[in-house]
Amino acid sequence: MMEATLSEVVVSVLLLVGAGFALVGSIGLARMPDFFTRMHAPTKATTLGVGAIVVASLVFHSSSGGGLSLRELAISLFLFITAPLVGHLLGKAALRGTRKD
Amino acid sequence: MTIRKRLLPQPFVSVAVLGLWLVMVSAFTLGSLLMGAILAVLIPLFTQRFWPDRPLVRRPVLAVRLFLRVCFDIVLANWEVARLVLGPIGRIHPRFFDLPLDIDDPFVATLLASIISLTPGTVSVDIDTEARLIHVHGLNVGDEGAAIAAIKARYEAPLKEIFQC
Repeated sequence: MMEATLSEVVVSVLLLVGAGFALVGSIGLARMPDFFTRMHAPTKATTLGVGAIVVASLVFHSSSGGGLSLRELAISLFLFITAPLVGHLLGKAALRGTRKD
Repeated sequence: MTIRKRLLPQPFVSVAVLGLWLVMVSAFTLGSLLMGAILAVLIPLFTQRFWPDRPLVRRPVLAVRLFLRVCFDIVLANWEVARLVLGPIGRIHPRFFDLPLDIDDPFVATLLASIISLTPGTVSVDIDTEARLIHVHGLNVGDEGAAIAAIKARYEAPLKEIFQC
């Protein structure tokens, strides 16, 4: 029983942290003054925000008797591979666009 | 040797594909193993022309240390950026700067660019292999020289040593 509540606390904290960073990412998207500063917001939301939520899912599924669940690691790996690519392509496209104007 | 090279031109990619497939289906059965093996052979074959010549990891221990450092920096820099985003907008100084590259290998240069993008506060916008520089946009750059020196010391120097390039 004690063990279950401990993992519940860990999962809750991780979910709150993750959701908090996703929120900060969205606030940044709205508040930042131009395209290039806005571009920074999505990289934040994916790295730590989704990272924390994914770890929460990992802890939850591992502690609720399903055995160690590794699918979450694959998710975070995919995110970490795709996030820089998206930022890179967005920035490159925007740079080309402003240069031509 | 030649048969192995023809069937598995990228053994590392094949192992990664098989591993990821087994992790994703979350079921270690003969069927999923077979399907993973088929994908592990086919995907590298179809994407073979895309892969650049990948340099070997010469210093694996250093590679693990760099990986941990990047993970730590991601967490640390997230706090920093969260503070900037929620604080007064007028206080941030976004700007572009060019990071001169000491790395010749395009694969390692791409790796460095990805690390720059993953650590929040900096996004690499363009890699210019001819001028040998990475075009970086920083969210809050006080001192351009210090930012460049930090990236070079923290990430580029270890990468150079890991791949010996």
